[in-house]
Amino acid sequence: MFHALVSIKQVPDTTNIRIDPETNNLIRQGVPTILNPYDAHAVAAAVEWKRKLGGKVTIITMGPPAATTSLRECIEMGADRAILISARQFAGADTLATSYVLAEVIKEIHAKDPIDLVFFGKQAIDGDTAQVGPGVAVRMDLPVVSYAIKIREVNLEQRYVIIERKTESRNEIIKTSLPAAMTCEKEIAEIPYASLPDLVYSLRYEPEVWTSESPIAFDVPQLGLKGSPTTVFKTGTPERHTAGEVFKVAEVGLDSAVKTAFDKILAVEGMAAMVGVKK
Amino acid sequence: MSRRFWVYIEQEDGKVHPVAWELLGVARTLADQVGEDAVVEGILVGHNMDEAAQEALHYGAETVYVLDHPTFKNYLNKPYTSALRFLVQKHNPEVFLVGATTLGRDLAGAVATSLKTGLTADTTHLAMGTVKEDPRKLLLATRPAFGGNVIATIICRNHSPQMATVRPRVFNPAPRTEEAKGQIVHETMEITPDMINAEIVEFITNAAATVKLEYAEIIVSGGRGLGGPKGFELIKELADALGGVVGSSRACVDAGWIKYDHQVGQTGKTVRPKLYVAAGISGAIQHKVGMQESDFILAINRDPHAPIFDVATMGIVGDLYEVIPAMIKEIKARKEA
Repeated sequence: MFHALVSIKQVPDTTNIRIDPETNNLIRQGVPTILNPYDAHAVAAAVEWKRKLGGKVTIITMGPPAATTSLRECIEMGADRAILISARQFAGADTLATSYVLAEVIKEIHAKDPIDLVFFGKQAIDGDTAQVGPGVAVRMDLPVVSYAIKIREVNLEQRYVIIERKTESRNEIIKTSLPAAMTCEKEIAEIPYASLPDLVYSLRYEPEVWTSESPIAFDVPQLGLKGSPTTVFKTGTPERHTAGEVFKVAEVGLDSAVKTAFDKILAVEGMAAMVGVKK
Repeated sequence: MSRRFWVYIEQEDGKVHPVAWELLGVARTLADQVGEDAVVEGILVGHNMDEAAQEALHYGAETVYVLDHPTFKNYLNKPYTSALRFLVQKHNPEVFLVGATTLGRDLAGAVATSLKTGLTADTTHLAMGTVKEDPRKLLLATRPAFGGNVIATIICRNHSPQMATVRPRVFNPAPRTEEAKGQIVHETMEITPDMINAEIVEFITNAAATVKLEYAEIIVSGGRGLGGPKGFELIKELADALGGVVGSSRACVDAGWIKYDHQVGQTGKTVRPKLYVAAGISGAIQHKVGMQESDFILAINRDPHAPIFDVATMGIVGDLYEVIPAMIKEIKARKEA
């Protein structure tokens, strides 16, 4: 039996975030929260392999109670068990403090119900750090394959997995022993359509809630803001650039707009030679 | 004792990733901000690294520490993490910079966790500065967050080293000097069987990975305004006529019109070409943070209010399916003239 664990995060949909032009603050109100897109694909991959091999998928997330909706989404996709790790003490955690909590939780689950493969999305779209997956793997001393695009083979008898990952210059096929951890690109699996029973089940599903005290008594100094070596010193909005001249085809005509564009472009030092135009 | 500013010299098959030279450049700036006892040093892990080590000296490393062993021939997370942890514990650098590449982010996350120190990911601005009453100068690591909507400056006060991954193409490379003044120090560490927990079975060349978007001098990018994957044929035609490469906004990658390797922006590549043509790209912040440092930005969009025009050197309001064919015709005519 295959036991996959997926660590997910509920994130604000960063494509919908706006900045208040007067206060320069992030407008969080009305910004929808979503299951981190890379995590959704990781869940899809875990479910796909559960169906191939038989077994189950456990989902964990550290976050506020509202993250329950993302956990339900995973159940809808075919996951079997979901755990919400939630307590005030966890708030403000950077990646080191986050990886501490997740590693302890995964160890606890693993002790009672051994895990074969731990899945992460390659990064969360709010923080974009891509650090938590490798961090958890280090803390648990698990082999980690990051930027995974395909699981080629899971061999539960001989206890190995073969995973294809993407680097900047090539793809690598990595073989490693189980248990192992991986961080997933979207290519890892297509998001499945929910089956009706899964959909109905998910609507009423209540995740287990784990706190800072139970069932694991965490080492409090390692939690949240206190346990985070990095702190935010200040925040701001990105520099604004000055806009250049805009030509409307409807006003100046296509020919003139295009000619003006190339006159300006080719006037940039070195450009004409690079493009292959004699000056 | 010297204050050490470390740069990870990323390499694959002995070929150094250009971000390493950018990091040596910015590490020099940071070292100069704290005073004379600060040194810039390179860290190189791999096999047959002599040439790469020598090159790092030309780019301004005062010392290059080299861990050269067959185990390190190809990058794997655990052996490399063990190697960097060993070197950090031996030499105690104050600041440690790693390129925010696929390899660098995988490695830095693991190294920082194993050292229980702080790591700021994907930084785009770095400085040494004081924070409140603290007399020491700390690394002020600035990075975009929330899809580029916010920039945050992160500090790591009570842990060492202060680590950051740095986006390629954000800083200029250190100048290469003819003379190499620094020294190469060969390190040795015991390789134990538990350090090896994975193996590479096979390499597959990835045609799309040859795009090398972040170092291209001319990029023609398409966005949602293309209307479908076929639009990229037109984009490619203009890119070819200009001798450039094809870029894309996230929307097109998410829609499956083009591969991720072409994506420019916060979750894609940061680019700094001489010419960036943005066709049918509305200009979400997440895209702009990845291309706004280009020398010349030409934006083409039907919507005169598209935010892309805010960062464009010049804008054309019109239908890209008229403008781009006209551009292809015009550039071909000028090349033949």
